[in-house]
Amino acid sequence: MIILKEKPLNEVLDYLSEGKRVLIIGCNGCAGIYQVGGEKQATMMAKLLEMAGKLRGKNWELMPTTVLRQCDGQIVATTLRPIIDGYDTILSLACGVGVQTLVEAFSEKVVVPGNDTVFLGAQDRELGMFYERCRACGDCILYETGGICPVTRCAKGLLNGPCGGMSKGKCEVGGWKKDCAWVLIFNRLRQLKKMDSFTVFRPPRDFRVSQPPRELGAIAEEVKK
Amino acid sequence: MTRGEAYSELMKSLQSGRFTYTGELEPLKTTSLHEVLEGAKNLKGHVVAANVTDNPTAFAYMTPLIPCYFIQKEVGLEAVYQLTTRDRNRLAIVSDLLGAGALGIRNVLALTGDHVAVGDNPQAKPVFDLDSATLVYLLRKMVDEGVDLNGGKIQDPPKFNVGVAANPNADPLEPEVFKIDRKIRLGADFIQTQAVYDVEVARRFLKETSNIKAPILIGIAPFRSIGMMEYMTKFVPGIVVPEEMQQRLRKAREKGGKDAIYQENVEIFGDFIKEVKKTTSAAGIHIMAIGFEWIVPKILEYAGT
Repeated sequence: MIILKEKPLNEVLDYLSEGKRVLIIGCNGCAGIYQVGGEKQATMMAKLLEMAGKLRGKNWELMPTTVLRQCDGQIVATTLRPIIDGYDTILSLACGVGVQTLVEAFSEKVVVPGNDTVFLGAQDRELGMFYERCRACGDCILYETGGICPVTRCAKGLLNGPCGGMSKGKCEVGGWKKDCAWVLIFNRLRQLKKMDSFTVFRPPRDFRVSQPPRELGAIAEEVKK
Repeated sequence: MTRGEAYSELMKSLQSGRFTYTGELEPLKTTSLHEVLEGAKNLKGHVVAANVTDNPTAFAYMTPLIPCYFIQKEVGLEAVYQLTTRDRNRLAIVSDLLGAGALGIRNVLALTGDHVAVGDNPQAKPVFDLDSATLVYLLRKMVDEGVDLNGGKIQDPPKFNVGVAANPNADPLEPEVFKIDRKIRLGADFIQTQAVYDVEVARRFLKETSNIKAPILIGIAPFRSIGMMEYMTKFVPGIVVPEEMQQRLRKAREKGGKDAIYQENVEIFGDFIKEVKKTTSAAGIHIMAIGFEWIVPKILEYAGT
């Protein structure tokens, strides 16, 4: 899932300083599932902004709403088209993809983000923690690394690790709290009896597959030809 | 293939089987070469070559290329050009290596480099386009085949002997040993280790790497002060300074201040070298006495070399 983090309210208020009628749009995809930018949060944000607006001497119209998935241009257009004309500004509580989908659908509106998009991660419900697990590099080698991604979980993204910044299985980046991905991979491959996958040399990566902005689909394939 | 060929005095010394010493110099955040050249003069005649560090612990300092050139030209001390993959992509690395070849540099130590997070510009974008293994791979292509990674032909290819680093303090040690083995299989010529303070650690490391066919220089880093010792033991990962060694240095300070610490260093590290030389298979010692290189001849004299 795409993991999001709320922006400080003051920052959001600054973004909205020119707005008079603000439509707050949540997303029931990743943002909603993880309760950072879903229906509840859109309603809550409207209340918070109303209060904060009063403190700042702002008298604005605020309306919360939510779409199924803000990353889907068709869903966004059909859901919001009937109500969008009443607003000059949109506050999106989705990821950066959602924000830009709204911009493309309603280019005449000011669209601002209410959340920071932080990473692709997994959730630990008990601890209330999110962990980055994939960098969408476009060249997956999880099969070779025992299902542990060094591109994401090694701070240097090394393919021939571990490096000298490892001590007692921990990484120098972040103060020896996080696991060294290459020690995790080593232990996992030993358990799987696949040490060949550890000792193999991985040549320099071809970063063209990670070159933004990436596109995928039939038209992109045609363009490549 | 010209693998195994010695282009440098360092490699010739290692191949001759002589117990070999290397030193280390650290250019700082300055445009002056004065201190590096003074350090080089202190090392000259006592070590075969001196490493010149490349933004060590991710602090932005003068490029090592320039001091490498000047210590060779003005002091006559062979340089080991340290090169990390942290700050440069493969294009910049190739261009720096071509420059190094033009400057007559004969040794390159291929390093991944400490992460920018531990340095003085933690906001920087770390590069790591290559790593130490892929850097060795690139170096061999340049030296042996005269081409870069994409097969682009190099006119007058450089002649480097390639060194790599190793960490005998690594815990767990096994993945580190596999990693060293991979770098040697890729064609690295020699190994210099991180600082070791316990002969037993060196012994265990040499035993674990006994199948790796490359000369290993055990690293030592004398203590300039008690403060430095405390910093190393507390903050440098994996470094274990035996309690007895710490006590000796503390006592020395109480008794005779700075001079007594220096003298204690001479004895401690002189004995360490004697022991490694006499009882292990190490090919030599790499001495990192940054900022007080003058102590190296005293240590070596005490060690009876």
